[in-house]
Amino acid sequence: MEISTRDLVTVLHGMGFGALFMLAFSGALAELFRLSAMPVPAQSRSRPPTLLTVYLIGMVVLAWLAVLSGAYIVYPWYRAVPPAGITDLSDYPRRLLLSSGRTSEWHTIGMEWKENVAWLAPIAMTMVAYVMLRYRHTLAWSSKIRAGALGFAVAAFVATGIAGVFGAFLNKYAPVRGGSVIILMKGEQ
Amino acid sequence: MSTAQYRSSDDTNVDTRLNGAAAAAILAAGIGCGALGVLAFSADASGAFGRLLNIYNPTGTLSGVSTGAIIVWLVAWLALHRLWRMRTIALGKINAAAFALLAVGFLLTFPPVMDLLQGR
Repeated sequence: MEISTRDLVTVLHGMGFGALFMLAFSGALAELFRLSAMPVPAQSRSRPPTLLTVYLIGMVVLAWLAVLSGAYIVYPWYRAVPPAGITDLSDYPRRLLLSSGRTSEWHTIGMEWKENVAWLAPIAMTMVAYVMLRYRHTLAWSSKIRAGALGFAVAAFVATGIAGVFGAFLNKYAPVRGGSVIILMKGEQ
Repeated sequence: MSTAQYRSSDDTNVDTRLNGAAAAAILAAGIGCGALGVLAFSADASGAFGRLLNIYNPTGTLSGVSTGAIIVWLVAWLALHRLWRMRTIALGKINAAAFALLAVGFLLTFPPVMDLLQGR
């Protein structure tokens, strides 16, 4: 059982950061509704609860790691230009997709939307985390703050979902491969 | 929008009547998202502008689009926060503007909309 370094980094980008960020949304939304329904008691107003702080900051960090690793590590491998005369495009995913009319739209719509729209998520989530932590004791009676935070939280989820779905399909039709091989386990034969 | 000013008067670090910091954060996030869409669209529409945004060649135009949007977002947040942090703002209008800018971000990064606006 082996994996290439590029495969590993791509998995870390998509599953480690992106998917984990999406999974964390249910907790953030539940907390947003809990804070909306139950005002924080006055005696506990001075500092936000540690778990909530860690959870929201963790989500923000995951969102930024997902886009930064995608844009600055995986994307350059994806858009690498093959040397002249090469016929095997399997190490050049962008060129591989564009080489056929049956796959080119995965790049021209899928990747071109994914690469940009994904950046909405960390911007939105950073704001949501800030507002939830700073206004945690007023969310219950400030429906407008709640609506703003909730709207952008949903937008971050949708943007990540778009990027994740296209990322999964792109990796199916033109996976980012290459780099040194890491042997995880040796088989019996 | 309302600009009635209040000073913090309870034991918390945020006066419950003051929502200026939230308004600044929400509108700045909208501005950042809108800027992302405008930059992505402009880079797609103009080859010269796209090359200008290519600040890190392995990543190409995306490097300048994303960096530019982040700078616009953070500068807007800082400026609005300084302006509104001790104020109570009409958040309904702020939310509407922020959501409109967010929609701009989604639409202008969607390639078929980019093509439609460019008459392709």
